[in-house]
Amino acid sequence: MTTSTTTPVAAAVPRAKPATMAQALTRAMRDAMAEDPTVHVMGEDVGTLGGVFRITDGLAKEFGEDRCTDTPLAEAGILGAAVGMAMYGLRPVVEMQFDAFAYPAFEQLISHVAKMRNRTRGAMPLPITIRVPYGGGIGGVEHHSDSSEAYYVATPGLTVVTPATVEDAYGLLRASIASDDPVVFLEPKRLYWAKADWSPEAPARVPGIGTALVRRSGASATLITYGPSLPVCLEAAEAAREEGWDLEVVDLRSLVPFDEDTVVESVRRTGRAVVVHESGGFGGPGAEIAARITERCFHHLEAPVLRVTGFDIPYPPPMLEKHHLPGVDRILDTVARLQWEN
Amino acid sequence: MTVQELPGAGASHRSTPPPAWRPRTDAAPLLPDPEPYRVLGTGAADRLDPVLMRRCYAELVRGRRYNAQATALTRQGRLAVYPSTVGQEACEIAAALVLEERDWLFPSYRDTLAAVARGLDPVQALTLLRGDWHTGYDPRELRIAPLSTPLATQLPHAVGLAHAARLRGDDVVALAMVGDGGTSEGDFHEAMNFAAVWQAPVVFLVQNNGFAISVPLAKQSAAPTLAHKAVGYGMPGRLVDGNDVAAMHEVLSEAVRRARAGGGPTLVEAVTYRMEAHTNADDATRYRGDAEVEAWKAHDPVALLERELTARGILDEEGVRVEREAAEEMAAALREAMNADPVLDPMDLFAHVYAEQTGRLREQAALLRAELEAEGE
Ligand SMILES: Cc1ncc(C[n+]2csc(CCOP(=O)(O)OP(=O)(O)O)c2C)c(N)n1
Repeated sequence: MTTSTTTPVAAAVPRAKPATMAQALTRAMRDAMAEDPTVHVMGEDVGTLGGVFRITDGLAKEFGEDRCTDTPLAEAGILGAAVGMAMYGLRPVVEMQFDAFAYPAFEQLISHVAKMRNRTRGAMPLPITIRVPYGGGIGGVEHHSDSSEAYYVATPGLTVVTPATVEDAYGLLRASIASDDPVVFLEPKRLYWAKADWSPEAPARVPGIGTALVRRSGASATLITYGPSLPVCLEAAEAAREEGWDLEVVDLRSLVPFDEDTVVESVRRTGRAVVVHESGGFGGPGAEIAARITERCFHHLEAPVLRVTGFDIPYPPPMLEKHHLPGVDRILDTVARLQWEN
Repeated sequence: MTVQELPGAGASHRSTPPPAWRPRTDAAPLLPDPEPYRVLGTGAADRLDPVLMRRCYAELVRGRRYNAQATALTRQGRLAVYPSTVGQEACEIAAALVLEERDWLFPSYRDTLAAVARGLDPVQALTLLRGDWHTGYDPRELRIAPLSTPLATQLPHAVGLAHAARLRGDDVVALAMVGDGGTSEGDFHEAMNFAAVWQAPVVFLVQNNGFAISVPLAKQSAAPTLAHKAVGYGMPGRLVDGNDVAAMHEVLSEAVRRARAGGGPTLVEAVTYRMEAHTNADDATRYRGDAEVEAWKAHDPVALLERELTARGILDEEGVRVEREAAEEMAAALREAMNADPVLDPMDLFAHVYAEQTGRLREQAALLRAELEAEGE
């Protein structure tokens, strides 16, 4: 099996109906399991309950408890067992219940999952998908809203993707499960219930892992974002029209590999760039992206690359999270600062 | 208000007891024997299989020589480090010999010898310690997982692999090795629990060699024995003399048999002693006295078997000479191979990170290639 670059397309094109991102994710696992008997889903509460977000709903019923397994409550154990299962030829799809509860598994993730291909000189790849619901905006109490992508993207050997649309939820998860490398699949939990017209019978062909997409074209500046911040950026772009700004919005979809060319191409055209994400700014993915843009677009830039990120604080309590999360106003204020004068 | 005063807190307030969880397993048969199990020098030795014991003897002698050679190679700077298993050879050899070809071994960083006894090329087994690559072999070839440096982290892998094998209908067993210090790690506990809940065909072998670097067992665990830890998870714990290769072979074989037959996991604690320092970077005199080391010399695993086999007429002087010569030949070949400088390709640095190289890595590979070309000019 090799990494698929596009999702499968059915022959007929049935009518699209409103579907949620949660449904698309479930469907992706279901289809992968039906097609490939080596795909196994495992984690806390994923069986009978269907996961605390119901993303694995119905899988245990359809495929049995051996294929969709309620494990003991131990994240290192779950991911560690998945390593052994992958060594024996299975393709485990692991659910970490919440972003901040994946941390006990980091030793397994960093020392083994990310390195097994490398330490065995390519002899033993590990096709494991690690699904992590992440990010805030759902009023979760402490430890339920972390944006932990900076830890993952800093670890060589991991692929890190995050869908922002219903279509991508399906397409990117299928591609992740089909990948021969371990993939950290970050699910923006506040978009779980976002709806779009989508047909599970004929999922549209979406570009695979490692491709960014221009979600909205514009000429005066580029917003670069991913996951939960995409709808916020699109809303900001609409609002900016009143201020005379025609914003382009790039959805990264995949943080590693990072589709630098799409970003560079856009920024060279618009001459201005703002990176938007929920996780903290210091050492966050935006710092890396801004550095790359500066290196490759220096002569095209009309202003410094700016960032709108979460504050560099532990995730705040729910009643204060609205002040922390990048919102439309903060994005617009930042865009205004792109009117740079020396 | 105290607990006593709470309504319903006292037994007298209860008309019927609450429904209780019943334990799934009777704890008594899971408990280890109070003393480590021994065969050599006891009546149990009457039933020894001479062919198997001759094989064990050959492996022990070879193992002892391998340890000496590898230690010498660190002194010559050929190896970055070598954690010796002198004194622990019986554990290493038994672990390798009880497994069938289709089974899997999950060694820790100290268990080079077990991997070699399972058939791994002695030179390949040392690439990690020489520093030319992390794992010099394909784990699938001999079904030996990479030697794990982070303690106990390979134990859940063994559980997952054994579980996967069973799901696929294969009667494969995984044997995973860990030190006494490693039993304090979270991964040890998670692996034990998963294995017991899943009834995975796994054997956990703890080599209790007295120390984790400098920390003695008493500061590591308050359990009566490490084998007792098994009971809480619902699997049997077995305590065995780790210097007695016959006892080790018997106990591990029984655990493997049980696992293969669907009986679930076993935790085996081998009581042994690390005769040398932790590695060449360690000064063992700072944390233990000569008297202790001397006392263990009388219990040497190679001498122990040699005495038993000689007394029983299974081994004679000629036999001893033959095995020692074979071990010398192995050592000479190892020395020669390790004295040749490995040929390394720096571009390998980028070759095995992802199935398909990322743009970032292609860029960095180009940078290194240019640097190498400039150096070559
Ligand atoms: C997770 C982790 N922590 C610390 C270390 C550093 N370290 C290497 S060996 C060792 C002691 C191990 O002792 P033990 O488990 O008894 O095994 P032994 O060395 O006696 O075989 C330590 C602390 C490590 N390798 N991994």
